[in-house]
Amino acid sequence: MRLILEKRPDRSPFFAIASPFLALLLTLIAGGLIFALRGINPLEGLYVYFVEPLTQLWSVEQLIVKATPLILIGVGLAVCYMANVWNIGAEGQLTMGAIAGSIAPVMFPEWQDPSILVVMLIMGTIGGALYGAIPGLLKTRFNANEILTSLMLVYVAGLFLDWLVRGPWRDPQGYNFPVTKTFAGWQLLPTFGGTIHLGALFALLACAALAFVMARTLIGFEIKVTGNAPRAGRFAGFSRNRMVMLCFLLSGGLAGLAGICEVASVVGKLQPQISPGYGFAAIIVAFLGRLNPLGVLFAGLLLALSYIGGEAAQVTLGISDKIAKVFQGILLFFILSCDTLILYRIKFETGRVGALKAAE
Amino acid sequence: MKKLLMTAAVAAVALGLGTTASLAEAYKACWIYVGPVGDGGWSFQHDEGRKAVVAELGDKVETVFVENVAEPDSDRTIERLARDGCKMIFTTSFGFMEPTLKVAAKFPDVKFEHATGYKTAPNVTTYNSKFHEGRYVIGQIAAKMSKTGTAGYIVSFPIPEVIAGINAFMLGAQTVNPDFKVKIVWANTWFDPGKEADAAKVLLSQGADILVQHTDSTAPLQIAQEQGKFGFGQASDMMAFAPKAQLTAIVDSWGPYYVKRVKAGMDGTWASQQSWDGMAEGAVTMAPYANMPDDVAKMAAETQAAITAGTLHPFTGPITKQDGTVVGEAGKPLSDGDIHGMNWYVKGVDDKLPQ
Amino acid sequence: MDQSLAVLLTIITAATPLLIAAMGELVVERSGVLNLGVEGMMVMGAVAGFAVAFVTGSTLLGVFAAIFAGVAMSALFGFLTLTLVANQVAAGLALTLLGLGLSGLIGESFVGQPGVKMPTLFGIDALVPFSFLLTAGVAYVLFKTKIGLVIRAVGNSHNSAHALGYRVIALRYLSVMFGGACAGLAGGYLSLAYTPQWIENMTAGRGWIALALVVFASWRPLRTLVGAYLFGAVSILGFVVQSMGLGIPSQFLSALPYLVTVIALVIISGNKRLTQANTPACLAQSFVPDR
Repeated sequence: MRLILEKRPDRSPFFAIASPFLALLLTLIAGGLIFALRGINPLEGLYVYFVEPLTQLWSVEQLIVKATPLILIGVGLAVCYMANVWNIGAEGQLTMGAIAGSIAPVMFPEWQDPSILVVMLIMGTIGGALYGAIPGLLKTRFNANEILTSLMLVYVAGLFLDWLVRGPWRDPQGYNFPVTKTFAGWQLLPTFGGTIHLGALFALLACAALAFVMARTLIGFEIKVTGNAPRAGRFAGFSRNRMVMLCFLLSGGLAGLAGICEVASVVGKLQPQISPGYGFAAIIVAFLGRLNPLGVLFAGLLLALSYIGGEAAQVTLGISDKIAKVFQGILLFFILSCDTLILYRIKFETGRVGALKAAE
Repeated sequence: MKKLLMTAAVAAVALGLGTTASLAEAYKACWIYVGPVGDGGWSFQHDEGRKAVVAELGDKVETVFVENVAEPDSDRTIERLARDGCKMIFTTSFGFMEPTLKVAAKFPDVKFEHATGYKTAPNVTTYNSKFHEGRYVIGQIAAKMSKTGTAGYIVSFPIPEVIAGINAFMLGAQTVNPDFKVKIVWANTWFDPGKEADAAKVLLSQGADILVQHTDSTAPLQIAQEQGKFGFGQASDMMAFAPKAQLTAIVDSWGPYYVKRVKAGMDGTWASQQSWDGMAEGAVTMAPYANMPDDVAKMAAETQAAITAGTLHPFTGPITKQDGTVVGEAGKPLSDGDIHGMNWYVKGVDDKLPQ
Repeated sequence: MDQSLAVLLTIITAATPLLIAAMGELVVERSGVLNLGVEGMMVMGAVAGFAVAFVTGSTLLGVFAAIFAGVAMSALFGFLTLTLVANQVAAGLALTLLGLGLSGLIGESFVGQPGVKMPTLFGIDALVPFSFLLTAGVAYVLFKTKIGLVIRAVGNSHNSAHALGYRVIALRYLSVMFGGACAGLAGGYLSLAYTPQWIENMTAGRGWIALALVVFASWRPLRTLVGAYLFGAVSILGFVVQSMGLGIPSQFLSALPYLVTVIALVIISGNKRLTQANTPACLAQSFVPDR
């Protein structure tokens, strides 16, 4: 008995919509089993995990705040991966963007008018873009594989931040703990109602803009071609090097923007840890969203929901965060499996039939 | 199908809520940990403290804990706990300070206890333990037991508490051997036993023969045992891992403090304070002295007793700093504030701190 | 000099898990599959190895358990990416998440328990000479045997290999499981020799370094050996410099291994002749046999 995949002539529109729901259903079943094994009512567990976070305004606001950096970074990475440029260092670009954007408030704590916010955001984006340009340059000039360079630079960025906040940028009134002065007033992002900050708007704009670019512009076409058929791209005159630099600058810039947004809102200052791994989670978001900017929007929300639900489950049901991680892994597995159904039909064949077919 | 599932879910939850209602009388106390309970160190000991509360107060208390909370995420987690009915929330890492204060402002009826911080509010207490008292004792033991006169000190990140620990260790050592030396290695991680083992091996190869650590795993002690050297356990008694190498350990005992505070919350006597318990209050205990000659054990026990009784204070002036200046009045201990924000080394330490 | 010997031994211990895991992933990537789940497989190997050795008292059984755990995890990954043709990058990341969570669950009751240490010969753990043999073995099989040639062909052009009648999926499954075995073994080394204990997430990112080393080595076994030891050496020497009390910021010393790896890669990659021939052309591309 073998499992055979038969390619569909076209993408199945039914499964394009249905597959995430099918995946969710399978996860619910698996999750229900896990809960039952730990002695928790499965229905209650699933409710707390997936539904309850959506029923309270506070929780929905937190969901959006959590999803914002995931989407902002994810959409940039989606473009990158479309072009077959493997930026694994978004976490480092986030960190450097946060540092660059914090130069103004740390150096001039008394600067309190809207212009400082603009400066922070611009410098943050540029900082992330420049840090992303490093693996880009190393690739285009020296052919150094960007997976390695971008990943190694993540660690370097983190250690640099650590050195900054423990040394030169340490708050003199902070009892010598490794934090900068807390940002205040216009140095913090304005919020809609206290929780959701401006970063959410940036995320939406980024998705819309990149969706338009990818679908309707020449650059978008160029990206898709150099990613899928590099030789065709070369014949058409598309420069691979230009593409690599563009992708790194874009995704680095978006990651840097996400970084300064996090620092200027949720965290409110610089400290050794400013991100719980958004740069890496965004890689998952990019693929869950099938490298499509609008898909990334939904994927970011879904992944954020799985984090929020996991926390809710820890508090309300008393399950450990390890189960939350296992749950997340299983959710991803099912989503990835069910996505296969969009492009392929699954058939089971017994040995004889398979052999006959192979002989044709 | 989904609708059916939903109705069933709501019904189930309603039933579930029914059962928790009867526990509503129980006082709900909650903890958040920066690392996993399975780290065998900092968070592990805090959870042991939580378990002590459960053991002592039984049915009268309901406890919840959330582990592996990254500092940027802590805002949301603390608020969730407050919304979920927690009456007292213990936030066990320095990085939770601002989020704790933020949430405390929103929930004035909930009591918050922030470990290792320094900002209080009417419903926020800060608490810590005087681990440096233990460091003083082990400093004396180290100076007595070391043949090379050099200790290897493995640390994670330079925060004031760590620095105060190094200083207290050195001051204790210098009472036995004024020329005692310490070699310091910063691992730049809280949770990597492999790196700690590497640091331990390097230090032992560079002439240190006693290992001290302010990192969480048992790896350095295991290395000490392998190489026939000695060391000290950190946060918990690590004798089981290194029966021939552990001289003693500084044990973080959060149980007594937690029980005290939860009881105060329950009977209405809780008030905001800056709590700093030490040996005298049972927050810092020493594991049994082992693998050492009797006279060393006797000396250590006497020092421990003196600190517990309050007659000996590790940071009694005058203390000479690494740069030569002197702090503290003769015979008087440094103020709590000075120790809290300690950012300088005592004379005799050969390391440089970031400025 | 006793001092240098001690430092050398420390470097060897630090480099060995990186080398073993990287060797496995090298074979996987040579066959055209990108498995980013090395960290997850490694940590599962660590917990499985520790648990079995703790319960049975035998590190040998622990080693087998570690290998088995790695193989099991990688088989799951294989099913997802080879049979169901799911995206390899996302599947690998999901595997890492699953591995980290599952290992934490399994290891819950083993935290705070002293472990059993693998036997040593002249102060060197038993797995160290094995890691050298592994490197030599992989190099030999990949470049001097038919099956190695076929694996590399599959990684370079799976359609051509399929047209020639080679069973691409089966070979990739084998490679992926070999990679899982190595990652699991590397994890077992951590909990059975390096630091005999179990702590959640004790791999601390070594799986990612191993992945990076494969790329650094341009998918060549001997260069992977060099990379692992370069990385290990710079990390350990950083501690040596720190212990000398020279006042160099520790963050800089901790960052050195990463910087050195990048610089070394740039120098090597500058020579196009050395690198281009080695990248498996079909890396991370899904393969579905046309009928």
